Amino acid sequence: MNKILLILQREYVTRVKKKSFIVMTILGPILMAAIAIVPILIAKYSDDKINKIMVIDQRPEIFTTMLPSSETVLFVNSKISLDSAKRAFDPEKFYGILYLQDDMVKNPGGAMLFTEKQANLSVTNYIENSLEKQIEQDKLKAEGIDQKTLSSIETTVNLKTLSLKGEENSAELATIVGFICGFLIYLFIFLYGVQVMRGVIEEKTNRIVEVIISSVKPFELMMGKIIGIALVGLTQFLLWIILTLTITTIASKVIIDPQTDAKVVAQTMKINNLDQRALEELGATPKVKEDAITKVFSQLSSINFPLIITCFFIYFLGGYLLYSALFAAIGAAVDNETETQQFMLPVTIPLILAFIVAQSIVQNPDSQLGFWFSIFPLTSPVVMMVRIAFGVPPWELALSIGLLIAGFIGATWLAGRIYRTGILLYGKKVNYKELAKWLFYKG
Amino acid sequence: MPNILEVRNVSKAYDKHVALENVSITINKGSVFGLLGPNGAGKTSLIRIINQITAPDSGQILFDGKPLSPQHTAQIGYLPEERGLYRKMEVGEQVLYLAQLKGLSRADAVIKLKYWFEKFEIKDWWKKKVEELSKGMQQKVQFIVTVVHEPKLLILDEPFTGFDPINANLIKDELIELRKKGTTIALSTHRMESVEELCTHIALINKSRKLLEGPVKEVRKLYKSNVYAIEYEGTNIGLANSMWGDFELIENEPFGDWMKALIKVKGDINTNALLQGLINNVTIHSFKELVPTMNDIFIQSVTNNEIQTIHE
Repeated sequence: MNKILLILQREYVTRVKKKSFIVMTILGPILMAAIAIVPILIAKYSDDKINKIMVIDQRPEIFTTMLPSSETVLFVNSKISLDSAKRAFDPEKFYGILYLQDDMVKNPGGAMLFTEKQANLSVTNYIENSLEKQIEQDKLKAEGIDQKTLSSIETTVNLKTLSLKGEENSAELATIVGFICGFLIYLFIFLYGVQVMRGVIEEKTNRIVEVIISSVKPFELMMGKIIGIALVGLTQFLLWIILTLTITTIASKVIIDPQTDAKVVAQTMKINNLDQRALEELGATPKVKEDAITKVFSQLSSINFPLIITCFFIYFLGGYLLYSALFAAIGAAVDNETETQQFMLPVTIPLILAFIVAQSIVQNPDSQLGFWFSIFPLTSPVVMMVRIAFGVPPWELALSIGLLIAGFIGATWLAGRIYRTGILLYGKKVNYKELAKWLFYKG
Repeated sequence: MPNILEVRNVSKAYDKHVALENVSITINKGSVFGLLGPNGAGKTSLIRIINQITAPDSGQILFDGKPLSPQHTAQIGYLPEERGLYRKMEVGEQVLYLAQLKGLSRADAVIKLKYWFEKFEIKDWWKKKVEELSKGMQQKVQFIVTVVHEPKLLILDEPFTGFDPINANLIKDELIELRKKGTTIALSTHRMESVEELCTHIALINKSRKLLEGPVKEVRKLYKSNVYAIEYEGTNIGLANSMWGDFELIENEPFGDWMKALIKVKGDINTNALLQGLINNVTIHSFKELVPTMNDIFIQSVTNNEIQTIHE
């Protein structure tokens, strides 16, 4: 036990002292903070210029309602002809000329935008949207339905979802929380599982391994390495979380002024995939905004965080231990990294599959597919985490965790046997048949 | 003499390949034991079993009279044939780590390592990374790691392959010194001539079986050919006159300015009798017994194909 501790310590200290670890630890949070902050900055600063558009409207009088201007696009009607407008075009004053032909209702393609430079995508999108809306209204008007009737018909539905106990819960938030947890586990297994494999290959190619296993059991060396690297990963994640929170907090105080208007919040949250409808409204009146925030908080409290955090650690460690044992076996079976391909595939496929399935499962967490993938140990760490936020029957959770532990023990046993034979074998190309034989060699 | 290690009827097979077949050896305390045999004979398999890296399929091993167990690793020092170090790790950290794995406390390890580093004059390398060291330096470090915990039994697998001549000599000297201090040394080699001067005992292994085991002196005596090489000045007739029935002339031909003859002495005849006869007839320049080399012995014992164990 003492020796495992020594091995674990070496694996941990050498990795944590590495430059690449320090760089990644600092860069990671900056990147993550950037993901959170940049959309806000973009929303705030990118479109602050007002693009003036000269509108030359050839449509019949009854349809020429003024196009609604926005904060970034301002429409100015003009009576001059297209040719003279083009000739007199001043790029300092106008962004472009919008030409609307007379039969827009019948022929929606009859609109043209002339600009000096390549037209800005957000401007063209805005113009297209406003034209579409207006032509729709024009068509309704032509059918005899007036604006007032139309307004009275328009309805917005915000479905309130409640558990049977009456607690408010939210599919959107559960989706996000579950998906983030699943993704983190997937990422962690991949990043650090491969590190275990590299570590094993390093010991083999450096020819140090035989010296070490004359002092400790191969199994102890393997477990020391796996646990040591797990601690490196946990350290990195912990530092990431702390640094990301620090950077985001400081940045949001310094860069984004406290008077951030509702629109920016709305847009950012839209990017974050929250309830779009509610948030579009949220931009309209401050009262709605307040309601939305309290709604988010009440949703947050509806999610069972202690359960999620506990399960996260169980699946996080279980999944990592299971996979890294397999990765260690691969490392022991080959002579260098280029040879790992043939053995990597069967190990990575379930992991990648789990991630793909997780993406579909957020739509339907209680499907057959979701059930089986969240029970099977090679996929459960990612898939079950996605499901937990939506609520999972206790027996399913118990079965899944039980199988994960059994799977981890089985994988470690299997890997240990391949490992102890493989690490002493140099310059031999092995295949699966060979590996199977190793399982039955005596000590 | 009490033994430190006793291997009893050990067999080991990998799949269909038999690595060791019913091998028994005994290593006496304080001896230098040479495990000789061609490549692939099973030397490394046996050494790995003694180091508890692999387990035998059958058979028993006793260390100091007790069945070999994991606690004995601290009393064994092992330099494998495939030897290396963590390239990216600092020398000092690395040797400390390896010494601690052998059961030394950190404080103890520091004291003992400093002694060896001073002895080998590589103190300045403590903070360097292994990859910055020359191969010769790395070999010194590897040797230190093998002996730092003062093992009772030192096992070296092909110690003189891969070492440069200067280091090989240095290590030979260290081995002699360690032996004086009471360390038992076991080493394997496929170059049989290289260990004749070092070993007190040998075992010959071929095709997974032990052929011969015993003290070097006794083995030599057993395989003594009783052939003497004589360089002399004189005539063939003169040579013939000085021999009688107990001697057999194997070879006689010109050698430089004089002649060289190989004469086999039969039975328990004193060589002085031969010399006395020769002195009267020819002028002798040199007279030397042709001692069988380990290589000769090996080839002979392979042809005999019977297991011989010579006890003191």
